[in-house]
Amino acid sequence: MTVWGYRLPALSSLILWALLWEVVGRLEFTFFIPPFSEVLVTLVALLPTKAFLGALWTTAYAFWAGVFFAIVIGIPVGILMGKSRILDELLLPWVNIFLSAPLTALVPVLMVLFGFGTKTVIITTALFAIWIIILNARAGVRQINRSLVEMARSFGASPLDAFFKVYFWAALPEILGGVRIGVIRAVKGVIIGQLLISIVGFGALFELYSSKFLMAEFWAVLIVLFGLAFVLSEFLAYLERKVSYYAASR
Amino acid sequence: MKNRSLYLKLLSAAIVFGAWEIAGRIPVSYAFPTFIDSMLALFRMIFDGSMFVAYGETLRPLVVGVAISAITGIGLGLWIGLSSRFDWLFSPIFIVMQAAPLAALIPILVMVYGIGLTSKVFVVCIMAMPVIVLNTASAVRNTPGSLKEMARSFQARDSDVLLKIILPAASPVIFSGLRLGVSAGFIGAILSELKITPTGVGDIITYSRSIADYPSMYAAIFSIILLAVIFLNLLEKLENVLFEGNNRGYVSD
Amino acid sequence: MSQIKPDARSTVSATDIAVSVRNVSKVYGDVQALKDLSLDFPRGELTSLLGPSGCGKTTLLKIIAGLLPATSGQIEVNGKTVTGPGPDRSFVFQDFALLPWASVIRNVAFGLELRGVAKSEREAIAEKYIREVGLAGFEKKYPHQLSGGMRQRVGLARALSVDAQVLLLDEPFSAVDEQTRRKFQEDLLQLVQNEKKTFIFVTHSIEEAVYVSDQIAILLPRPSRVSEIIRPSSFRDKGVDNIRRDPEYLDIVDRIWASLRSYVE
Repeated sequence: MTVWGYRLPALSSLILWALLWEVVGRLEFTFFIPPFSEVLVTLVALLPTKAFLGALWTTAYAFWAGVFFAIVIGIPVGILMGKSRILDELLLPWVNIFLSAPLTALVPVLMVLFGFGTKTVIITTALFAIWIIILNARAGVRQINRSLVEMARSFGASPLDAFFKVYFWAALPEILGGVRIGVIRAVKGVIIGQLLISIVGFGALFELYSSKFLMAEFWAVLIVLFGLAFVLSEFLAYLERKVSYYAASR
Repeated sequence: MKNRSLYLKLLSAAIVFGAWEIAGRIPVSYAFPTFIDSMLALFRMIFDGSMFVAYGETLRPLVVGVAISAITGIGLGLWIGLSSRFDWLFSPIFIVMQAAPLAALIPILVMVYGIGLTSKVFVVCIMAMPVIVLNTASAVRNTPGSLKEMARSFQARDSDVLLKIILPAASPVIFSGLRLGVSAGFIGAILSELKITPTGVGDIITYSRSIADYPSMYAAIFSIILLAVIFLNLLEKLENVLFEGNNRGYVSD
Repeated sequence: MSQIKPDARSTVSATDIAVSVRNVSKVYGDVQALKDLSLDFPRGELTSLLGPSGCGKTTLLKIIAGLLPATSGQIEVNGKTVTGPGPDRSFVFQDFALLPWASVIRNVAFGLELRGVAKSEREAIAEKYIREVGLAGFEKKYPHQLSGGMRQRVGLARALSVDAQVLLLDEPFSAVDEQTRRKFQEDLLQLVQNEKKTFIFVTHSIEEAVYVSDQIAILLPRPSRVSEIIRPSSFRDKGVDNIRRDPEYLDIVDRIWASLRSYVE
């Protein structure tokens, strides 16, 4: 939007919403919404505490481990599906099913199989992220220009060379797109996993705050979480735009 | 070669369910029942009617929540797509919501609204709404400029442009936003039954786990995933039938 | 030989002018797209706006249509100043601008629908024009079931059905293949004769402009201005099959290319 000829930066309206929050909080409209400033003060005080850093560390560890497995398994599986018709036909129905399935329902199974700990959270995270990564890697490989494949063959590239020097790079924009969506899903997965297990990371922190009605602390943690998730997704979108320059001219 | 694809699907299902059966027989874990046991439990719950009672319970917040999200979400999305002022004001909220793990709001919702239906409807709403709003807004923004220009060249009123150009042009993307919203709503509905209070299918899952009746637990999970997938696939089929050719017919093809 | 006049106003008397463009300028940000451009369009004739890409010919056409506001200057259609789109003009779009969710007949009748004409009446009119553009039998089809050429016939029928005196065609044939295009050009000549309407035709094809036009306005870019106006005189009555080997036709094509070639990157 432009005001008096100035283009207001995107997201600048969030400042307005924060002000509204402050006003609502000051009016003591409800106990559940403390003023924004109070939340910020709490946030600054909370950041260096051991409980918060511990939760952040546990969550980050489970998150990156889950994303790591999703990528390391997902991309090769997707590429193989794109190259092999029989594998594609065998796996694709399952990938599609799990892509749209409410994976939350699987968490109780993971809990009884893998225990009430980080292992379960990692698997939940990976499960949330992997299907879209597979599907996009597959789509990326399938759209590779035929003449590019024939070029690799005509110059006598070994299958391994063709894989790492041609297919991977040609499919990179789609693969990165899948990784971006996968990572956003993983953020949701890691939090859902922790919430359901309730004794690790932020899940435990939320239990603590809500049982003691520490609203400012609760909102402070939420702001940190939402902020981190947003920054992460914007950063990945930025990376994706950086490679999309050659997506158009392939 | 239509049969080939069908046979491969059957083969693929046989492999997966076979692997499940074998893993259950070994067993890989005390908490891993065989496929056949789980299916028997599923049929038992279907035939004694407990499954239907459970789904009646589970689907209520889902249906109410998705209906609320659809109406308010499409309304807000249209507004955002049409007015740059509302775009500036509301878009950031939904963009952040889209990226954020909204499940973390559940404890607060429970504190405010208790453990009843209201909280569960809210959970479904916050999960389903962002994608509906953002899809609607971007569909409205991406209405082909030449169609709007065409209508203007025939002196169309603004209401005609909205009703006869923008809405029909945007409806495929709005519909797919609704489908994604339903998909997210399923996650919300199950999450709220597992996290807030065990009711419906969530109750079957939680209760069978507590008494170590693993076949029933697996059967309940199997059924909810199956139901969600079938329903979402039907929506996608409907989408293809309804909007066949709607995105074609421009110069580019 | 052709008459070549730098000023079209001297060739036709003022009463015969359907559309007149007076001192029109258009500025986008800090880019001057049109500068002080004046041009007259004689009634019942086809005038082409021809020029290299980026010369502002589509901009001028959209200003005449009332779809874009001019920064300064004015447009008169039948003596009335243009302030926006009006029932006296109708537009044929380069990308057809057909409603993908509507059948051929609804698309053709869409202009009338927006004007509140009753369904039975507007469909009767639409059917007449569908026949006229040679699409009889395709009334119930949808745009994606038609070829590019047929789609533009739908766009043309829609523009004709509102019975505007001035037809504005924005590179209407640029998205159809060469053979269809030739057929279109022949049909367009027929249409100009039958309909007694004023046609303003934007194109980037020299041959096309010379083939179909009564008057060709050459626009040169940066900023756009009318560099010359050519009125072919001798081959218009010789029949569609003979135009392309007429010496005057060939001369004009060569002349135009000579003046435009330095603007092609």
